[in-house]
Amino acid sequence: MKVLWLQSGGCGGCTQSLLCAEPRPLFDELGDSGIEFVWHPALSPESGAEALQRLGDCADGTTPFDVLCVEGAMLHGPNGTGKFHRMAGSGRPLTEWVEGLARRARWVFAIGSCSAFGGFSANTPGNPLEACGLQYDGDEPGGLLGEDFVAAGGLPVVNIAGCPPHPGWIVDTLQKLALDGLTAGDLDECGRPLLYAEQLVHHGCSRNEYYEFKASARQHSDLGCLMENLGCKGTQAHADCNVRTWNGNGSCLRGGFACIACTEPGFEAPGHPFQETPKIAGIPIGLPTDMPKAWFIALSVLSKSATPKRVRDNAAADHPVVRPAVRKPAK
Amino acid sequence: MTRIVLGPFNRVEGDLEISLDVDAGQVVAAHVNAPLFRGFEQILTGRAAADALVVVPRICGICSVAQSAAAAAALAALCGVEMPANGRLARHLIQATENLADHLTHFYLFFMPDFVRSGYVGRHWHAAVAARFAAVKGSAAPAVLAARADFLKLLGFLAGKWPHTLALQPGGGTRAIGSAEAVRILALLRGFRAFLEGVLIGDALESFAALASEAELRAWGEERGGDFPAFLRTAYDLSLERVGRAGDGFLSYGAYGMFPGGVWQTDGAVDALETGKISEDGRHAWLVDGPARHPAEGETYVDADKAGAYTWCKAPRYGGRIVETGALARQVVAGQPLARDLVARHGASVTARVAARMIELASVVPAMERWLRAIVPGEPFCHAAALPESGQGAGLVEAARGSLGHWLSIDRGRIERYQIIAPTTWNFSPRDADGRPGPLEQALVGLPVGEGAPPTIEHVVRSFDPCMVCTVH
Repeated sequence: MKVLWLQSGGCGGCTQSLLCAEPRPLFDELGDSGIEFVWHPALSPESGAEALQRLGDCADGTTPFDVLCVEGAMLHGPNGTGKFHRMAGSGRPLTEWVEGLARRARWVFAIGSCSAFGGFSANTPGNPLEACGLQYDGDEPGGLLGEDFVAAGGLPVVNIAGCPPHPGWIVDTLQKLALDGLTAGDLDECGRPLLYAEQLVHHGCSRNEYYEFKASARQHSDLGCLMENLGCKGTQAHADCNVRTWNGNGSCLRGGFACIACTEPGFEAPGHPFQETPKIAGIPIGLPTDMPKAWFIALSVLSKSATPKRVRDNAAADHPVVRPAVRKPAK
Repeated sequence: MTRIVLGPFNRVEGDLEISLDVDAGQVVAAHVNAPLFRGFEQILTGRAAADALVVVPRICGICSVAQSAAAAAALAALCGVEMPANGRLARHLIQATENLADHLTHFYLFFMPDFVRSGYVGRHWHAAVAARFAAVKGSAAPAVLAARADFLKLLGFLAGKWPHTLALQPGGGTRAIGSAEAVRILALLRGFRAFLEGVLIGDALESFAALASEAELRAWGEERGGDFPAFLRTAYDLSLERVGRAGDGFLSYGAYGMFPGGVWQTDGAVDALETGKISEDGRHAWLVDGPARHPAEGETYVDADKAGAYTWCKAPRYGGRIVETGALARQVVAGQPLARDLVARHGASVTARVAARMIELASVVPAMERWLRAIVPGEPFCHAAALPESGQGAGLVEAARGSLGHWLSIDRGRIERYQIIAPTTWNFSPRDADGRPGPLEQALVGLPVGEGAPPTIEHVVRSFDPCMVCTVH
């Protein structure tokens, strides 16, 4: 399976994240699955004229390829000219390249939330970059390729959203495609692969006991739940960050900071400071997905009043100050 | 005279185009174009001040932590908060992890594959180098990717994830490390040391770090196993210690409390850093013209059709001077003997820039082991920081590829102005208002180019380890 990779209005972090794939080194894992890069801007030997030749051959059908992966937002500005990103050496807007190549690809993958939905590039007030995603503009279908775009393989753009995506999300989706193909049933309503998006970041969160008792962190480095005060959206964000974990044993929550829901369209403009939880009458506005509000409030009141001292004290410390009790067996 | 345009100039971070005016097979003039505009200075304006910590790492996927550190430092300057001792040690560890991982990525994935090119077939080293360093397919890749992924697990512990963490706050870190975790982090550090000593450098880190002159370096590398010694022999065969000089002004903001900052003068003196001497002008960028300004007063407004412009990158200068930044600059300014000797003999070069990254790998990993051991479990990692409603702050840090500065001002709690000068903005600067070319533009002049020429230009460009996405923030 041949993969062509392009980068535009983004930071390159999706590729940097991808290179952290484990347990096997990325190139071995892809190679053994028969997946190879036709060209990748950060990895391939071809540069300059050789690279342009290769891209041109892909665009005119001379070199067939299977998957077009695009990292970064599509920049139409200024004034629709695409001059904010003309591919080096070609003088042509990258948006033109992507439009042409997408029609040659059997599958089109948006790698990361910029390419999927527009990301930070699309979120300057007034959007002067005139940025959008491949098939979304924020949470509205459309984007560069349009709502009706379907690649030759039969699917619209596959959105491997995340800022950045976990390496496993990219590798596993490529491997799933190589092994059994992909169908619409493998994707959620936003085009994200269910292999990571059918979970919530909340699942497997190491702070779950604090969440259960609404024992909340008040300041950075506290161990408590980050939802009530510090802006955490783990109960609403679709991803398996705390089950799969990052860079070994990490995740945003395990690192002590809020989930900012970076797999969701429009995450970059939450309408409140990222690290503060907006509340009305002391109740967080963003309640857990699928949770009726009245029940959430009732359970919160109950669980707060039932919070063990250990959980309450540890929630406001940066290391456990009270250990779980060791009970002697009953005699 | 003919003009050659090289692009997409890949295996750099981001998109890069280089235009060369060529006469008789030699570069007469070079123009460096960063063809992508990111607009982050606009994206930041109007947001709550602390939101900078979410936004700025996303300027760059490879210097993400450095961007975070600069923003956190700028916000700390605004509110006058100091990190507790543990917080500072964790900050050093986090920044060092990214910087050293970047050095590794640069050497193996970006830089070395150029020696595999067909123009070198017939050189006595070519077959071995090609088998080892070919892009994606070389025998080095699996162990390198494994070592890199394992090393970055430090950030799984210390920063939640990489890239794009929110763990770096003005008053310290969000993640306190206990003694059990410190043991596991130390094991990761030992694993990385084993890779460096066994595979990359071919010697004990301390032994390599003690080399004090080019003569010692050359003798050390002659018979030694290891990928860097293999590079050294290749580089000496191609005389790359004499290639890629760029004017030899060096800037460093200083790193880890270990490498002092300053500005190297070509007479060998190091001047104390005076940040007031930093200015940027946009004469040759597709930006609205204005006088050269200090970044605290800087402006970034698009003018995509401006005559005479050829890049999205501004031209930063230090006291009007053109300076280079990066690992070599950092080590020269800090007085590292081998780096100083390499520069004293030949000026900055491809070989010196690569060697300086190895010096940092060899000297910073032992420092990381010390920082980790100095953390006192149970003591705080973060002080609360109350941001003022208005004020100005600057955050100056060293990324892998050099000096990174953030200048911000806030008003009524919102970001009013945010200006960034990234390392590659210095190195890949276009001509300034006086028409003086930037460091890379100087370094390329006189190099061979065209049909049958060796890929010397590739070596020189990539020796800077450019990060274009930062450049065009």
